[in-house]
Amino acid sequence: MLTVRSVKFPLSSTGCDTRDVRVLVAMSGGVDSSVAAALLVEAYGPDQVVGATLKLWGGDSDSGCCSVADVDDARRVADQLGIVHHVFNFASDFEEHVVDPYVQGHAEGRTPNPCIECNRHLKFDRLLERAESLGYEAVATGHHARSHRDPDGRHRLLRGADPKKDQSYVLAMLGQAQLARCIFPVGDRQKSDVRAEAARLGLRTADKPDSQDVCFIRSDVGRAGFLGDRVPLHAGRLIDHDTGDDLGEVEAVELVTVGQRRGMGHGTDGRRRFVTAVDIPTRRVTIGSPEASMADRILLHTVAWVDGRPDVGAGGAFAALAQCSAHGPVYPCTVRGEAADGADEGTDTGGGAGSSDGLIVDLAAPQRRVAPGQTVALYDPARPDSVIGSGVVR
Amino acid sequence: MTSTDADQMRGAPIDSTTLTRSYFDHAATTPLRPEALEAMLPFLTDNFANPSGAHAESRRARIALDDARDQIAELLGVGPGDVVLTSGGTEADDLAIHGGWAARVADGSGRGVPAALVCAAMEHHAVLEACRALAAVSGAELRVVPSDRSGQIDLDALAEVSDPSVGLVSVMAVNNEIGTIQPLDAVARVVAEHAPGAVVHTDAVQAAPWLDLPAVTAGADLVSISAHKFGGPKGSGALALRRQALVRARIDGGGQERGRRSGTPNVAGAVGMAAALAATVLERHATVARVTALRNRLGDGLLATVSDIVETGDRDDRVAGILHLRIGGVEAEALVVLLDQAGVATSAGAACSSGAVEPSHVLGAMGLDPLESSTGIRFSLGVTTTDHDVDRALRQVPIVVDRLRH
Repeated sequence: MLTVRSVKFPLSSTGCDTRDVRVLVAMSGGVDSSVAAALLVEAYGPDQVVGATLKLWGGDSDSGCCSVADVDDARRVADQLGIVHHVFNFASDFEEHVVDPYVQGHAEGRTPNPCIECNRHLKFDRLLERAESLGYEAVATGHHARSHRDPDGRHRLLRGADPKKDQSYVLAMLGQAQLARCIFPVGDRQKSDVRAEAARLGLRTADKPDSQDVCFIRSDVGRAGFLGDRVPLHAGRLIDHDTGDDLGEVEAVELVTVGQRRGMGHGTDGRRRFVTAVDIPTRRVTIGSPEASMADRILLHTVAWVDGRPDVGAGGAFAALAQCSAHGPVYPCTVRGEAADGADEGTDTGGGAGSSDGLIVDLAAPQRRVAPGQTVALYDPARPDSVIGSGVVR
Repeated sequence: MTSTDADQMRGAPIDSTTLTRSYFDHAATTPLRPEALEAMLPFLTDNFANPSGAHAESRRARIALDDARDQIAELLGVGPGDVVLTSGGTEADDLAIHGGWAARVADGSGRGVPAALVCAAMEHHAVLEACRALAAVSGAELRVVPSDRSGQIDLDALAEVSDPSVGLVSVMAVNNEIGTIQPLDAVARVVAEHAPGAVVHTDAVQAAPWLDLPAVTAGADLVSISAHKFGGPKGSGALALRRQALVRARIDGGGQERGRRSGTPNVAGAVGMAAALAATVLERHATVARVTALRNRLGDGLLATVSDIVETGDRDDRVAGILHLRIGGVEAEALVVLLDQAGVATSAGAACSSGAVEPSHVLGAMGLDPLESSTGIRFSLGVTTTDHDVDRALRQVPIVVDRLRH
């Protein structure tokens, strides 16, 4: 039985500050969402909270067929908290919006981020819709991020309190419509505090390791095995970025990512080589020196704003901080709309939705190239914890 | 409108544990019949002995087990030596398919070694997966026969895949999701004509509560039943054998069940199954008439009050207890949750071991697309279903459907 403590959960910081709010908490079977559920139960009472585990993948995974072990953990935690638990089968949506685009992306030389697409299409779309239809005003998850409501009622998405576990990057596609209905109960906690809370409550997930890697790819099969089962992989040529010389063979061009260093060897100067470009149709992988692998411009499509596009400065541009991976560094940059840049008009080759409203991100200093398909999250330089928006690299 | 109904419309929380509930999931499992509980109790308490022993305690258990087996055999229309007691329907199916195949391969009748097996696409997973596993280990070809739009096996397709190389045919008596009664006599005739050497198995798990089992399953060599679908205990089932059909044991050991299924017999389970089956058969006509009326009232009422709703399968070809509906634009997975909150227990498709609702292979086998299949919901009625239950469902379903449609 849980010890009832004073309510610490900051309800007023969410859009859902009424006492009789009903919350559906997405429970993956991990420690973060277990504690998220526990905090909600303490704040609202068990009758106002329901747990739901999503069955997303029908194939093999590291945690067994349809992740039965994780579902078991989530159900047992829900039981311990005294809340009802459901399992929703969103496997076909997951296949359509996450797995198929992941496979197709690699076949076309892109490296999509499946976690972001899952958040975009499953957790904060399909699940929100399901929650609403079942009469739940809000969806909570165990993400390490914070949703803050400003006095004017606008919602901001902030980094989680634990910088090592911050997940605002994978949530950077959320907008006002989603944030108004989302709660991140563990976002203002350190991971160690989350585990301590789980241990204090005696939750079985307290010591469960954090999930790693892509959830639908078994570690013994790996990315190469997974993709190889689904699309033809082609051997290709390694081409020198500067000279155009043919440097040898690469086993599968579809498995090579722009910016990749592993397996690319060293140049005649003895320095590491990086992938600078992957061209699937001609099956050519271009590699070059660290300098050649740098770029100071990133083009984005599928742009999403947390609270609309910021006020633009001179030339339709605004300053931002760009983060190019889940826990990577941030780079000062200037961002403007593609249409405002005459030089890029008519070069709209990106395939994603919203490509006609693309963004140009000019970095203050060149950085390692970001692979097409990856996401760049933009943060506010005046409030570096606050997400402005995101886009997918063209 | 009652205050409960008004609360439902607002989506207010309902403490489902304090409501009396209406249970419409008898096809998943049934409450234990009082007759079964009473018959079982002595064997869960004083009469605990292993029936295989050589002392008085064992003899008492042995007599009870033998009586139960005789009774089950009689009610299934087979000889007393032709019932193998199992841990349930899934084990009975497994024994029939793997054990029946192995016996057929080894029978030395000169019919030759079979190269193929046949099952219906709408079989329960217990049969489908056993057939797939058998095909994988034996190298035999698995031929799967689709259904027509009304939910019955396509007999022309069955004839097409049946030839003398077929060693085993498995076609269920009644489908568990939509309740359609399969034409087993016709199946047996097609098999006799085109695949004369084949062993015919039928999973009669869903037929047992509703149909005259000896008559309905007369064409089958092997018949599976499961006690908990007709008021018996879980963990108890049987495979009946006709016409000297043989099965090879899947579980070796002490040689119980005449060497066809080792393991200390579940005496209480067998006794409970026999008592439940006897009561079911005795009351069958009255139960079928009463439940059919309830089912029809529920179906007619919902068809009249809910728009864009379709009943799956022809009522005349379905067992009394099952009403399967497809409600346009309403995901059954969500409908089940809201009906549960409203005190109405229903089911959508088949549940996998994680508890998730799986897309229905039964509706797929009938040619329905995945979107339409996702709207399928099953109300399954049984001995304990009352007019009050039907009234509650008639009241709640339209409200909940409205909510899900906004």
